[in-house]
Amino acid sequence: MHSRYTWRTLAREVSLILLALAFLVPLVGLLNVSLKPQDSQTGALAFAFPPTLDNYAQAWSQASLGAALANSFLITSVSVVLIIALASMAAYPLARVTRRWSRYTFYLVIGGLLIPGQLALLPLYATMRDLGLLGSLWSVILINVGQQIPFSVFLYTMFLRELPLDYEEAALLDGCGPLRSFVSVVFPLLRPVTGTVVILNAVGIWNEFFTPLLYLGGSDNTTAPVAIYGFVSQYVSQWPLIFAGLVISVIPILVVYFALQKHIIKGFAGGLKG
Amino acid sequence: MAATHAPTTPPDLREPPGQAPPRRRRVGVRAPWWFVVPAISIYLFIVVVPSANGALFSFTDWNGLRPDWSFVGLDNFAAVFSDRTALDALVNTLTLAAAATIVQNVVGLLLALGVNSLVKSRYVFRVIFFAPVVLTPLVAGYVWSFLLSPNGAVNDALRAVGLGALAHDWLGDPDTALYAIVLEIVWQFSGYSMVIYLAGLQAIPAEVLEAATIDGAGAWSKFRRVVLPLLNGAVVINVMLCLIGGLKQFDQVMAMTGGGPGTATETISTAIYKSAFSLGDFPFSIALAVVMTVVIAVLAAVQFRLTQRKSF
Repeated sequence: MHSRYTWRTLAREVSLILLALAFLVPLVGLLNVSLKPQDSQTGALAFAFPPTLDNYAQAWSQASLGAALANSFLITSVSVVLIIALASMAAYPLARVTRRWSRYTFYLVIGGLLIPGQLALLPLYATMRDLGLLGSLWSVILINVGQQIPFSVFLYTMFLRELPLDYEEAALLDGCGPLRSFVSVVFPLLRPVTGTVVILNAVGIWNEFFTPLLYLGGSDNTTAPVAIYGFVSQYVSQWPLIFAGLVISVIPILVVYFALQKHIIKGFAGGLKG
Repeated sequence: MAATHAPTTPPDLREPPGQAPPRRRRVGVRAPWWFVVPAISIYLFIVVVPSANGALFSFTDWNGLRPDWSFVGLDNFAAVFSDRTALDALVNTLTLAAAATIVQNVVGLLLALGVNSLVKSRYVFRVIFFAPVVLTPLVAGYVWSFLLSPNGAVNDALRAVGLGALAHDWLGDPDTALYAIVLEIVWQFSGYSMVIYLAGLQAIPAEVLEAATIDGAGAWSKFRRVVLPLLNGAVVINVMLCLIGGLKQFDQVMAMTGGGPGTATETISTAIYKSAFSLGDFPFSIALAVVMTVVIAVLAAVQFRLTQRKSF
């Protein structure tokens, strides 16, 4: 926009630095409090010396965070793989076929973007209970996949509509059937949108609280947020201990974020331009 | 677009994939219809059928256990609209969604304008402002409930700058608890609005801004008359996302207040959860979910029409 670094830019830089420091306070406080002795009453930014890792050991064992993180990881990865496979496949005829059934199916799918999950909540809960899936990771995986179909199919379809037919025609002339052509020609071309779908769904599913609370709460098979919820209600106001649990539960997502921040920010921005 | 067929043949009469139909414009690329079957099946099973049942059951006394149920007309809705908690939840949810949408969009846009300039640390700023977006909302809610507690960092900061008179128990006071949650939401998701506005800003051609400068436009009128109209698409997306997110708010409320004190921060989502799973009142809970669906649909439609027509 402006071509030179002026005193205005400097003023802007200084105010942004102050704002960024304020934005970091909760994160720094989270880490700092988790390193304090358990009886500490000092503020979020009063640094503890010497820092202690005792809270981490206790939180890890008492909130069964190891098992919970493993479940979160399993649910997130299986859900995301299924979403990619099903949504990209479904988008292919929805984008390429111009007949009426294809158009109406597309409307049916994106209609789901406006329906809050709460409407389906109790009938779905009763169905899962009758199928004996309460407390099973599969209930959460199935629900994640079903709920994320509309948005993911929408992204894939919009992308495919812009994708020229030339590659598929070449594949056809070389004797590829439709399935083969989709798997080895079309799907690799969808990589940019697949990246967006992976990022948005993985972050959303990893952080999800409501569905796992409902279907896994009270069982031995919880996810990280549900384990944290139980842990916090058990140790009310023992902040250093609670915060150690919180840190453990968010370390994986924060490590991934700081390692891949460029891609993740792009994924969030890119998913919404369609 | 793909091959154009005359839309006369019903879909179930199509030949199996592989045999090209007689009329097509280009080489016969075809996408088999059965590719949609797995996704549609699971979508019908998880979303469409239970949502339709939810809408139906809201007019019945279905309690989730007995297979037999009977229609009770509008009784469940009458119960919802005469229930203090449900009405409070409705008002709270609308207030929270409106406040969070306005503040988050203003902050997000300012951040985007800031990091879109020549400041040296612009990439670092982007990473910092966006970081809370990926944080688990429940966890972020717990952190803020600590910061907002009577002896928390927020009150410490107020005392440090001589505003100690303002310091109090933000989440324990019914007048401030809802806005304390809005503060958490704004902290957590302004970075999301920022990246969408940033993408919009970066799509504005430099020539347009140069032309405005040559025509003698000042910084403010350039922003008001050139930048803002060109950001219309980003505004629509951001407002829609904030509004729908705010109307569904559950996680942070559960972490920060659990809906209290009293019903001061009860939202529709927490009320639906509690009436079904603490009180076991399925008909009430389902009717409230239908009300929520209608509210979301109406607001989304209104918002879409308004932002589409608005000329800045």
